Amino acid sequence: MNRDFDWKPLALVPLLALLVLPFIGSASTWVTLTVAGLAMGMIIFIIASGLTLVFGLMDVLNFGHGVFIALGAFVATSVMGGMADYTNSESLARNLLAVVPAMLAAMAVAAAIGLAFERFIVRPVYGNHLKQILITMGGMIIGEELIKVVWGPQQIPLPLPLGMQGTLLFGDAAVEKYRLIAVVVGVAVFALLLWTLTRTKLGLLIRAGVQDREMVESLGYRIHLLFIGVFVAGSALAGLGGVMWGLYQQNVVPQMGAQVNVLIFIVLIIGGLGSTTGALIGALLVGLMANYTGFLVPKAALFSNILLMMAILLWRPQGVYALGK
Amino acid sequence: MSDNLLTLEGVHTHIGAYHILHGVDLAVPRGQLTMLLGRNGAGKTTTLRTIMGLWRASQGKVTFGGRDITALPTPQIAGLGVAYVPENMGIFADLTVRENMLLAARSAKHAGQFDDTRLKWIFSLFPAVEKFWNHPAGKLSGGQKQMLAVSRAIIEPRELLVIDEPSKGLAPAIINNMIDAFAQLKAKGVTILLVEQNFNFAKRLGDTVAVMDNGRIVHAGSMQALADDELLQHSLLGLAL
Repeated sequence: MNRDFDWKPLALVPLLALLVLPFIGSASTWVTLTVAGLAMGMIIFIIASGLTLVFGLMDVLNFGHGVFIALGAFVATSVMGGMADYTNSESLARNLLAVVPAMLAAMAVAAAIGLAFERFIVRPVYGNHLKQILITMGGMIIGEELIKVVWGPQQIPLPLPLGMQGTLLFGDAAVEKYRLIAVVVGVAVFALLLWTLTRTKLGLLIRAGVQDREMVESLGYRIHLLFIGVFVAGSALAGLGGVMWGLYQQNVVPQMGAQVNVLIFIVLIIGGLGSTTGALIGALLVGLMANYTGFLVPKAALFSNILLMMAILLWRPQGVYALGK
Repeated sequence: MSDNLLTLEGVHTHIGAYHILHGVDLAVPRGQLTMLLGRNGAGKTTTLRTIMGLWRASQGKVTFGGRDITALPTPQIAGLGVAYVPENMGIFADLTVRENMLLAARSAKHAGQFDDTRLKWIFSLFPAVEKFWNHPAGKLSGGQKQMLAVSRAIIEPRELLVIDEPSKGLAPAIINNMIDAFAQLKAKGVTILLVEQNFNFAKRLGDTVAVMDNGRIVHAGSMQALADDELLQHSLLGLAL
């Protein structure tokens, strides 16, 4: 990170966590809620990271992103459903032998469908936000119906493998194992994205394209190919996020993508459209806020994230990390 | 074979409902610096953007090195060896100066693969580029950004540089710096098409000149001839030198 980096938005995450500590009272409950919030935030970040780049690069509002989440989760039910020997083991290593292939399959299927989604649904409506919103929402509805055709309309359980169930005790604080795993996976995805974006020429092109795609083309690069790549990678990440979210909820429904969509857009608006670090901050804030208010004022849980978004936008109307377009 | 590297023949360009270029005929001789002059709104920037394929010619033909590039996509035109510096400079503000340069150097995967000799030459032309190498480009002053924009265009050898108003809003000292840089590029045999409103800048550098008005070329000839003819300058550009 260079010395010109704006650290203030990063401070919001510990600030929010410390602000609620007196209201929660018990330190152990606070630790449990904070880890749960960070885990939820990391899963939302995995889902949202691709979408923010898609918007930043091509100014495309993809309201159909949720379908890749649901698709990933349903693929995971099929893969893990056939690997009971591994999921019913108490060995984390054997559990991973089921979960990792499920994640890879979910990412591959979501990426393939993402490629078709970009070609047939998104590409015809470049430059027209209203049409993008309508057609991508339509695409999501069709996707949901196709999921019902393949897997049926009912809720399907996606239980955590045995070795990932249960809690770890840190003093008096009980932390669910899976939430720690979610944090680790989220940090790994963020590190990989950050490395790609800051240390590779491909990443430079993506960051430059988010700022001025016409200039990137004038330098001789085919931004459309770059966009397809980012769209496919974003879909794959949404598929991965879908597996994580499904395991977090321990069941999947065809509508789960639409349910998470709202949270994703709140995250993107808070973070600043097109900013990966902004998406991380937004996702962590949303995850923490949902868990804290769910404990303190359950009736306000749904509204709390909208309130958070409003407060952030009053401070920084373009989101915490507005891009220098 | 013609000695013109770039030619436009009867080029018309529409932007939405607006008809901006009305049959532009322009020739850019190889190895020379051609000035494209004209009042605000004459169609100079549209001409450059049409050459780069950023706006499509609705009629007419653009030829580069003997090849018809009228319908080619922008990246392909750039790939043929055309470097473009737009009026707004097109600097990636969130990237560092080094990262901006790396993007322009298509053959380099990382900063270690820059052509050292060429980079040193650029640093000698524009010391600010070296001084702020690892700084975010968005923090540079207007003049420094312009230096970066031109440096980016010349980080690798290109056959044609297409530059839109490089002196706009710059201090006289920086303008002199720019003139020195373009003079050195000319001496290396690079072909340059330069849009300019500053006639003093233009006459110090230009070999040939084309003057635009209302989307057409209304005068083309040698820069020296125009510089020597005040009456013609008045009639074409409304200049009071």
